[in-house]
Formats: sequence, structure tokens, C-alpha cells
Amino acid sequence: MPKRSDIKKVLVIGSGPIVIGQAAEFDYAGTQACRALKEEGLEVVLINSNPATIMTDKAMADKIYIEPLVPEVVKKIIRLEKPDSILPTLGGQTGLNLAMELAEEGFLEEQGVKLLGANPETIQKAEDRQAFKDTMLAIGEPCIPSKVVEEIDDALAFAQEIGYPVIVRPAFTLGGTGGGIAYDPEQLREIGSNGLRLSPITQVLIEKCIAGWKEIEYEVVRDRKGNVITVCNMENIDPVGIHTGDSVVVAPSQTLTDKEYQMLRSAALNIITELKIEGGCNVQFALYPNSFEYAVIEVNPRVSRSSALASKATGYPIAKVAAKIAIGYCLDEIPNAVTGKTCACFEPALDYCVVKFPRWPFDKFVYADKELGTQMKATGEVMAIGQSFELAMMKAAISIELGMETLTLPELAAKTEEEVIQLLHHADDHRIFVVYEALKRHVSWDVIFEITKIDKWFLAKFQKLADMELRLAGGDDSEQTYVQAKKMGFLDKTIRRLTGKEIKKPMLAGYSMVDTCAAEFTAETPYFYSNFGGDNEAAEYIAHRDSGKKKVVVFGSGPIRIGQGIEFDYCCVHCAWALKEKGMEAVIANNNPETVSTDFDTGDRLYFDPLNPEYVKALIETEKPWGVVVQFGGQTAIKLTKFLKDMDVRILGTSADAIDEAEDRERFDELLERCRIPRPVGETVFTTQQALEAAERIGYPVLLRPSYVLGGQNMIIAHGEKDVREYMAIITAHELENPVLIDKYMMGIEAEVDAICDGEDYLIPGIMEHIERAGIHSGDSISVYPAQNLSKRIQDTIVDYTARLAKELKIVGLMNIQYVIYNDEVYIIEVNPRSSRTVPYISKVTGVPMVDLATRCMLGERLRDMGYGTGLYPVGDYICVKVPVFSFQKLRDVDTQLGPEMKSTGEVLGVAKTLPEAIYKGLVAAGYKMKREGGVLLTVRDADKHDIVPIADKFASMGFTLYATGGTALRLNKNMISTNAVRKMHEPHPNIEDLIESGKVDYVISISQKGRDPHRDSVKIRRKVVERSIPCITAIDTARVLADCLSLGEQVEDIEVVDMTKI
Amino acid sequence: MEQKRKAWLVLADGTVLEGESFGAQGTSIGEIVFTTGMTGYQEVLTDPSYYGQIVTQTYPLIGNYGINLDDMESSASHVRGYVVREWCDQPSNFRVAMDIDQFLKQQNVVAICGIDTRHLTKKIREYGVMNGAVTTEYDRLDQAKLQEQIRAFSITGAVQAVTCQSAREEKSEKGLYRVVLMDFGYKRNIVRSLNSRGCDVTIVPASTTAQEILSMHPDGVMLSNGPGDPEENVGPIGEIKKLFDHGVPMFGICLGHQLTALATGARTTKLKYGHRGANQPVRDLARDRTYITSQNHGYAVEGETVDPAIGQVSHVNANDNTVEGVRYLRKPCFTVQFHPEASAGPRDTSYLFDEFIAMMEKEAE
Repeated sequence: MPKRSDIKKVLVIGSGPIVIGQAAEFDYAGTQACRALKEEGLEVVLINSNPATIMTDKAMADKIYIEPLVPEVVKKIIRLEKPDSILPTLGGQTGLNLAMELAEEGFLEEQGVKLLGANPETIQKAEDRQAFKDTMLAIGEPCIPSKVVEEIDDALAFAQEIGYPVIVRPAFTLGGTGGGIAYDPEQLREIGSNGLRLSPITQVLIEKCIAGWKEIEYEVVRDRKGNVITVCNMENIDPVGIHTGDSVVVAPSQTLTDKEYQMLRSAALNIITELKIEGGCNVQFALYPNSFEYAVIEVNPRVSRSSALASKATGYPIAKVAAKIAIGYCLDEIPNAVTGKTCACFEPALDYCVVKFPRWPFDKFVYADKELGTQMKATGEVMAIGQSFELAMMKAAISIELGMETLTLPELAAKTEEEVIQLLHHADDHRIFVVYEALKRHVSWDVIFEITKIDKWFLAKFQKLADMELRLAGGDDSEQTYVQAKKMGFLDKTIRRLTGKEIKKPMLAGYSMVDTCAAEFTAETPYFYSNFGGDNEAAEYIAHRDSGKKKVVVFGSGPIRIGQGIEFDYCCVHCAWALKEKGMEAVIANNNPETVSTDFDTGDRLYFDPLNPEYVKALIETEKPWGVVVQFGGQTAIKLTKFLKDMDVRILGTSADAIDEAEDRERFDELLERCRIPRPVGETVFTTQQALEAAERIGYPVLLRPSYVLGGQNMIIAHGEKDVREYMAIITAHELENPVLIDKYMMGIEAEVDAICDGEDYLIPGIMEHIERAGIHSGDSISVYPAQNLSKRIQDTIVDYTARLAKELKIVGLMNIQYVIYNDEVYIIEVNPRSSRTVPYISKVTGVPMVDLATRCMLGERLRDMGYGTGLYPVGDYICVKVPVFSFQKLRDVDTQLGPEMKSTGEVLGVAKTLPEAIYKGLVAAGYKMKREGGVLLTVRDADKHDIVPIADKFASMGFTLYATGGTALRLNKNMISTNAVRKMHEPHPNIEDLIESGKVDYVISISQKGRDPHRDSVKIRRKVVERSIPCITAIDTARVLADCLSLGEQVEDIEVVDMTKI
Repeated sequence: MEQKRKAWLVLADGTVLEGESFGAQGTSIGEIVFTTGMTGYQEVLTDPSYYGQIVTQTYPLIGNYGINLDDMESSASHVRGYVVREWCDQPSNFRVAMDIDQFLKQQNVVAICGIDTRHLTKKIREYGVMNGAVTTEYDRLDQAKLQEQIRAFSITGAVQAVTCQSAREEKSEKGLYRVVLMDFGYKRNIVRSLNSRGCDVTIVPASTTAQEILSMHPDGVMLSNGPGDPEENVGPIGEIKKLFDHGVPMFGICLGHQLTALATGARTTKLKYGHRGANQPVRDLARDRTYITSQNHGYAVEGETVDPAIGQVSHVNANDNTVEGVRYLRKPCFTVQFHPEASAGPRDTSYLFDEFIAMMEKEAE
């Protein structure tokens, strides 16, 4: 059946900011969908609040709205744009929930808008727990004994009936937010109540716990004729009990016989058929390891993180195919882009093994509860491909960038065997490494299996890796062992270290193609992964299709983590497109399956491999590129600079030396000296003693951070000696390759610029000003473009300093500079000789295609010839406010207090004609409900008590009831602002805890001197607030802006939407 | 560590690939084919249609779940040799009875691992199926002579080699229908599929005559899959023609499909490298649907040779448009090239067994 003729204009809903459980995969899916729809000549209207995405780019849709993803706004856009259809299945849970809400209230029908991909009944059947169970029952698919409850007492009664442990799953929440396993009534009371609160429909599922069963997933696609296929199945190495997003996953399944594989495959097809989904769907099963008994765990009637993974694992573009199906095409009419000959109605055959490894934020949140369970905690993931499981696993371990070369975690070496076995009981981020350690010590498989329920097949494989590591460490340097070790993924560097000997005949990786068909047909996919001892299909491919064009390799940014998010993927993708446009061949190297950059048709070729020197070397040897680009892939790519320079590879843009100059503290100081630019005084130290002395000299408060950082990793403000000691103890626990920097901390206004430079001229698209004063990481600050409170003189100084640095460093491409304005003087905080987090949004709001221009600069073009001028770009008509978004609810024990270390996972943008309006939009988009009545709880440190008075006054005058702890309450009452004093946490009940539980509080402003440690009362309070979904403000400037914004009385209905393509 | 024994894969074009031995020792010559299924190696090893062939698995990790006693598609392995990248010496599954190495030794199948199966697959894809040998004695034997034997090899008498010696009945629980299965090398799941639908199945040797079959008064005749060149089966083709003319309901799978076509005047042809795997898309023209099927065949019916007065092509392969099924017009007979009984592979076309039942029902009326 061809395209439906009744579809002309489609609204695509994106997934909003990056949060844990909803990351870059939806930008990938949305981008693929938009392109697929435009390819069909349809008019595409897009809404997404996330400005860092590729899908919100001008070229992606005809109309683009970077607006809050709330029903009122979507309705407004529908009324305005009058689309005939809406595609809700590619924007994650957010997009689906929104569309459902509009469908249920009859709005879509009233406006004559069709829901594509799935109908409301389908979504209802898949998402509503009881409806889902009934549906499964009707088609004979087994479910886990469970019951939907809306009251905690019902939950307790049912748990009594089926027996503990039970799993709590809240309905309609992201990534299982608010769920958990309860082992007794007390735990159920806590987890259950929390789940009920978080569920938008106050509903949770209480389910029998089947922890330990195998967890198997199928990615299924169906069209309107009823054709059904499975694209891929996947097996979680971690059995049921750990969220699939936090599991190490392998594709295809490894331990299933054909009977088991087909049984579950048929079940998945039955389910998608019954639900009548037209598009992609993810089905998760639990399979009892000792029989054919299975149960359906979950169905996602939309594309998901798993479908992005399945797409990259197989080469099958699920989102694109799903979009084509949604507008009427059938699977057998859609060509297979990979082979160019066959159709999309087939099932990929893999001739390799894929391993996905999660990336958790615990290196940043050292105090977070690291236990893994039903609530996802990973911010991102990597994928690795190998012709053996061992190779794929080792590549994955290298790709997560935790400094690992094998599965050996150095800190476990000091543990006794008993301690290691004890650690196996903790399913945390180190679980696999602990298993590996146990295997190295020859703990029996039975013991490990009994505790972890990890299938013995995987244990056997890990054992092979462990044995090889031990063998190498025993000094075996025979050629046979070397070849075996290479095929298992040991790096030359590791082999040299373990054997203590040089390698006689080093092996360099060749490449195999991902072709969806296990070489059955000739394929056209320029998608490669490395192998050892096989053909080099990439070299053959290049030789065959010599275009005569110059080849440029763009290095990507690896897994999404706090501080290195989707924005770098945006930059890499744009760089690749710009290179193609300029007649180059763009080659992308990356390992993140969630991204647009790892779509095989983004560049001319894709290498899906670890971004470490040895793999990069093999890539360079095969590609022999004319040049490489490192400045768009965040720190991951920048880190490769020295290695590439030593290999004599042409690094396009800013030189390796200039990068070093900006990052090496001493050289940087000299540079600033030369440029006569002031910076806060600072020193470089290696030991705790040096740190204490330096801090004394500089004077507290001081800012401590390791050099070579991104996202303010491990950065703190120390107010005294104790803080310095605590910090140095944590930081020196890891290998201290680079020194620690200590700077004078200046609490001034922060400003930030990104500049494009061609070595001589520079273009600054805009100056951004942060709402929060210095001390809060720029990524966590609300940022305003254009700057509102900087005098002409200050702005001129910023431009002047930027120009001086650009010239002196001979920057070619992008750079990002952060300034602090303290006592009306401009100081420089840091220079990043690369793209930054703000590039995508500034590009969109100013209309300056920054990456495109930067790439052209790298190729030798001059800014003055590009038509955007030089110097500071004129300010436009709109004000844009970037608001950070956090994932605190999912990370237990993490202090929500903002500081110099970045904590946000994503961002949203508010775009409007006036500042208050833009702020209002930004806050709404970030999830603030903007309630104008109720209670405000204030508890602030002494330093802020003065500033809190006018803010509290503002809340009081709006009619809010104020509550505050002792000191704060006293201060407010003294200032004639009537405030209810609340007892602190350790004081008798009723105290602050009871107040928070009572539901009387709608905003909390909590700013404490210290934080981090989850045992501190202030941290406990903030955790409680977050878990109750009450907005919690931790900076005085944020509080002020919020109060101002609320007092203006803006309504969501009044929001004026802005088409970004018209800016 | 155990000293690994060498093994070699010798191809008709002179290529010699060195690997490691597993399974049986010795030298075995056959036709090299590849299969792309990611699971189901046990079913592949016991599928009689692989008679005379050296099977290459494109999926690199083979033997992960060992060998169990339930998933045999016949009582023995008929492959001539087995080629994998890596076999698993530590299988894991609740039904494991032995590892794949033990099974291959037991079945006397010479196997080789450590082969770049992707490279080999590309070779077969480019040159077409090729003869070859798996040997553990290449360093000891007369290499020129081996090459000669490889070139001279052809699969003959395949059906006779795998068909049963005498008739045997497999009863179903309900006993609703009586089906005679002509055994050209049948896969057990055909019988299981019929049994589960209430058919008592009498399995008869390939040499059984139409008259003998009809004397059993079957409600229907099932023509099984099997190995080799279909045209070789002159006897069975003649008997199938008689059964066809008689009008007893017939359902043919794979070789059974090809033999029916030959019996009704159409021709078959050898494909360059065949279809072997669990992911072949097949279009059911009447239903306007595409199904994912399990396949294992090197020959195909030539569509244009099917007399439109006798039958019409009902299914085509969505990848290369080869004939995947024929529906006969005046007689109650339909045949498919793929394997609706799955094992290994998807079960999406098992509805064809239901159609066979419906056809028998209708004819009985």
C-alpha cells in the first residue's frame, strides 16, 4: 500500500530535555523521522523544548518550535499550524504522553488531527497496567502476577497475597521513575507511596518479583497490512531486576536455543499484532532459565532507547522505517538502504556480537546511591561490535572512558576473596568488574551464579578474558598467545604492560562491514567495525569507490555523560555535513549508539569503535585521511590531539600546541600575561600539603579542580582547610596524572561567549549572561542571550579579550570563553579551544551556523567572505533563556545543591520578545508548574540571609504562606515578613520533614553552606523535597528570578509561540 | 592448555584455509554452503536436506547452548562437514546434554573452527556454491589427489541416502486425519506440526508408489523436504504425478515443492548460492502479505515454466523474486519452497499447515 493521500502536514513531537531514561536516542529517532517525512514531500512541523538537538535545526522541518512540551502549547501550535496528523511515537514517553492527553480530551478529533503510528486504544493497552494485563491474557501471553493499585493499603494486601519481594512500577513514568523492589511491608509502604505520588494518574503496579530470570528484548516492526518482523533480539547479561538501561546488553541473544528464541519472537509478534501498532515496538520478556516458562514484562508502543541500539547493532534504520510506515507505506515497499537491492521486510542477520555498556554518572556523584535496580541511573551508553563476545566486551570497557583497558578494576585488587564475594551481592555499577575479579581469583561459577544469576555462558566468557589477562601477566609473550589476546580485545599497550615485554609482530586492526545480512548480499553500507586477523573491508570499500575527494575524519564524543551531552553530537554531525557540502569525504568515528552521528548515512563512512589511540591508529592507517577534526567531540576527541599530532596527522583548525596552551595552566598564565588579560589568582598543586599552603596564600574561598576537566568534574569551592583536605583525599584516590588547580573564587556575574575564528578574524554570535553568579557551573546556570546587565564597556572588554585570545592562540574553528565580572572588572575564568555546550542553541537563536562556519574556517576559508561579518554579531529581536534540567529524582543520595561541579543532564530554551516572557517559557519547559499559591519553605545559609528578604517578601505579597527554619525565620520576621518557624530535622516532631510530607509546601529554597554528604540534614531535606517532586531552588539568584517571574502573573495559555525558522 | 589440532578447509578454487579441528578427525568432501541463522545450529546439523554439504555458519559463536535431545530434526547428522568461527566449549542451557564437539564426534562430522567465515561467505556469494573438503590430514595426504576428488564431487543419490527404509506411523492425540508423508529426508517438525493438528502421520520411503499410498486411504499426502538435485528423483516424480492426477490433497515443502513442479511439467534450476537461513522474506501473493521464513535450498522452480493452466505462482522471494510457492488450480494441491515447519527459524507461516487441514476437510466433504 502506498503513502496515504490524506496526510500532507505532520506534527512531530520531540522528547524534550535530556534526562536519565530519555537521552539522545530520541534526537536520533526524531531526526530520522523528520528526514523520512520530508523525503516524501510532506510538510513537517516540529516541537521540542531541547535546543541542543539536531532535530530542531532549520533544515530538519518546515516549521520548528522550541517551546515547552505542555498540552497548552502543543494545542496552540496545532491551532496555528493546522497539521492533519501527529506523529507521537518517536518522541519518547514525553511525546507519547502528550499526544495521548490531547487525544483523550478529544482535542485532536475536534481539530481533525489524526494520530499516526498508533491509536489511543493501543497506547492505552500498552501503557495502562491493567489494560495491558487484560490484553495479554486475551491473547494467551503470560504476565507476571500483579495488581494495579491506587491506594497503599491495597498494595500491602496484594503483596501479602503473592508474597515478598514485590516490584513497584508506577504508571506513566519515565525510565521507571519511582519504582523499586520491596522486600517487606515497611519498604513497600515507602516505595509504594512514592510511586503513587510520581505517577501522573496515581497508579502503581505491584508485581511478583522474578529477579534472576533472563531478561530478553525484541524490537518488532509492523505495518498496516499486518506484516511483522523482528529487527533484533537482545539479552541482558544482568538478569531481571536491573533496569535494561542499566544492564550490560548483548545482541543477538547468546544463551537461547532456537526453540526459546522463536517462542519469544512469536510472542512479540503476537503482541504487536494485537496492539495493531503501525511502526516500531519494544517487547521485554522474562525467561525462566530452567524451563520454557516466560512472562511479558513490558511493551513500549514506540521507538525507544532499545530500538536505537537495535538500529545501530544491525544497521536497520527502525525510526526511518517506522516513520514511513506511519504515513502509509508497507514494509515490503520500503527499500533496504543497506543492500540497496532487498526490501525492508526482512530480519537482519548478524555475523558479529554486540555489547552495550551503560555509562553512569557516579564518577561525578561520588555520594550517590550506586545500587542498580528497576530505576534507571545511567546517563548514556556505548556500543561495541566484535566477531567474538570477548572482543566486543573489551571494546565496550574501553569506550566507556573510565580509564579501563581490561575488566580489571584496580581498586578491587586490595580486597580479600571474601570481600570480593561479598561485593557480588551488590548490583551496582561495578558488578561486572567484581565478577571479573572473582573469576580471576578462581571463585567457582556456581558461587558467582548463585549470587548474581548471571548466566554461566557469560561467566565462561569472562573467565576466558580473566585467564588471558593472568596468562599475559605471567609473562607469556608467545606469538600464539599474542594473536589470541588481540582477538579477545587486549590492547598492545595492555599486553606490553602485563607481559613486561615488547611486542614482536604487532597486529593492526582491519575492518568488517555491518551489512544486515551476514554477507549474503553485496551491501552498500559504509558502516565498519574493527576486527583482528580478518579482511579489511573498509580499505576495499575505499579503494573501490575512490572519489578523488579529500577525506576528513571527525572524532565524536562517546557516551553521553554529565558535562558532555548531545550538543557535541550536534557539532560533529554539522561538521560532517559541512565537510560534505565542501566536497570532502566526511568520516565519522564514534561509539555512542544513541546518536545521529552514528547513523551510517550521516557521514560518508562510519567507524563504530573505541575512541582510544590504538583503535584511532588503525582507523588512520586504513583511511589515510587528508585531515582530522578533534574540536567538536568534547573532551573525548580533544584528548586524542597529542596522539594524532605524534602520528603526524593533519589536525584541522586550532593547532595541537594552541590546545595545550589553553589547557596547560602555566602556559595559559603566560598567555594571559602576554595578552594582558586578568584572571583570578591561582596556583597549581599536586599534594594536599601544597594545596593547603596555596589556599592560604590566595585566601579563602578558593575553587579547586583538576586540570583538563569537562563539566566541572570534581570541582568544589572550599571555604576552609577542612574542605581542601576532604577534596584532596577524594581526588588523590584516583591516579593523579594532571595537577589540581586552585583559584581565588570571585562571586561575580558570569558571562560566556563562543567565537568562530579563522586565525585572524573572529565572529562572536552573541554574549551570554548567567543568572546565577559565579560558583555555579555554567552548565547548571540559567543563561540569557543577549546579555541584559552588562554595560557597553564590559561587553566591549569581553569582545576585546576574546579577540586578543583568538589571535594569540591562532584559533581556527571554535572557542568558548567564560568570564566573571567582579567589581566591574572582567576576569577570564577559562578558555576552551573547542566547541561547547552552548553552540547549538546560540546557532539557532542567532541564525549563525557556527559549526558550518567553523568547519569552513578549518578548510582555509575566511570569515569575512562568509557573509556573517566579523566581530560581535548584531543582536536579534528575541531573548533566549536556557534553563538547565536535572535528573535528581533518579539518583538517590545526590545533593541537589548546585555548585561548581555540573549536575544537570539537559537543557531547555525559552524564546520570547521580552526577558520575563522568555524566562517564564524556560521555566515552564524545564518542568516548573508555576503555581501561584501555597507554601514556600526557606532555609538559607547566613551569607544569603540578607538577600533572601526581598525574595521572601515577594512570595509573601503574592499570598504564599512562608515557612522557614530558625535563623531564616527569625531574619524574615524581624523584617516584618510573617513566617512560620519550622523545627529542624533532628528536632522533635512535627518538624521540617513533616511539613514537606504534609503537602503544604510548593516551593523550597534551600541554600546551605555545605552539601554533598548525604548524611547531612540539609542534603536529606533536599532529597526529600526532590522525591516529593517539589521544585527545590538552591541558589539565591535562581530564587529571585523565580519570584519575579511568578509575580508577573503570566499564564501558559498566553505563551506566544515562535517559529524558529523565521528568526 | 590442550594442544590444538590443526584442520584445513580446502576449496575447489585452490584456496586452503587453516583452522583448528573439532568434531571428528579425517577428511570429508562436500559442497560448501552457508547458512545465516543466528540460532538453530542443532536443527541445521540434523536437517537431512544438508546431505552432501559442508555447512558454514555465518554467525560466529556456535554451540553456545550445547546440544539437547529434543531438538533433533532427524536421528543423525547428514552434513559432510562443518565450518565455524568459534565453537563453545562451555555451553549453557537447561537442556544441554552434550557440547557440540561431542555431538559432531558422535556423528562423525569433520569440523573446523577458527575460520574467517565472513570471508568464506563472501567468496561463496561471489563464485557460487563450491566444492571443498574439511580435513585434519592435509599435511599428510596427497594434496593434488584431494583437489581432484574435490572437483569430481557431486551430490548423487541424496534422497535414497536419507529416506527411511520402511513405513512407520506417528499417531496424534486426536486422530482426526490420516496423512501419508513421503520421506525425501523429512524434518521431524513437519510430523510434529501435523500431529499437533490431529493428523496421524504415516511416514513412507521415497520409493513408495502412488498406488501403495492411495491404498492407505489418506486424507492427504505430505511431500517432505530433502537434499540434492530434484531432477534426479525420476521415480518419485512419476508417482507424485499419479497422486496429483488422482486428486488426493497434497502439500509439498522444499524438495516436495520442486518435485511436484517437475511432475506437472515445470522445470527447476540451481541457484548461485541458494537460500539458507531464518530471515528470508516471502510474499504470499494471494494474501498480499510478506512473511519471514526459514529456508534451506539450492534449487528453485523456474516460474515461467509453470503452466498457467495447471498452477500459478503463489509465493515469491521478496529479495530475488524466485518462486517460493505454487498453488495448483484444478487439483487440491499447493507447495512451498520455504519451511513452514520452521525448526530452525520463524514460525510465521505455520498457517499453511492449517490450510492443508482445511483442504483435506473440504475434499472429504
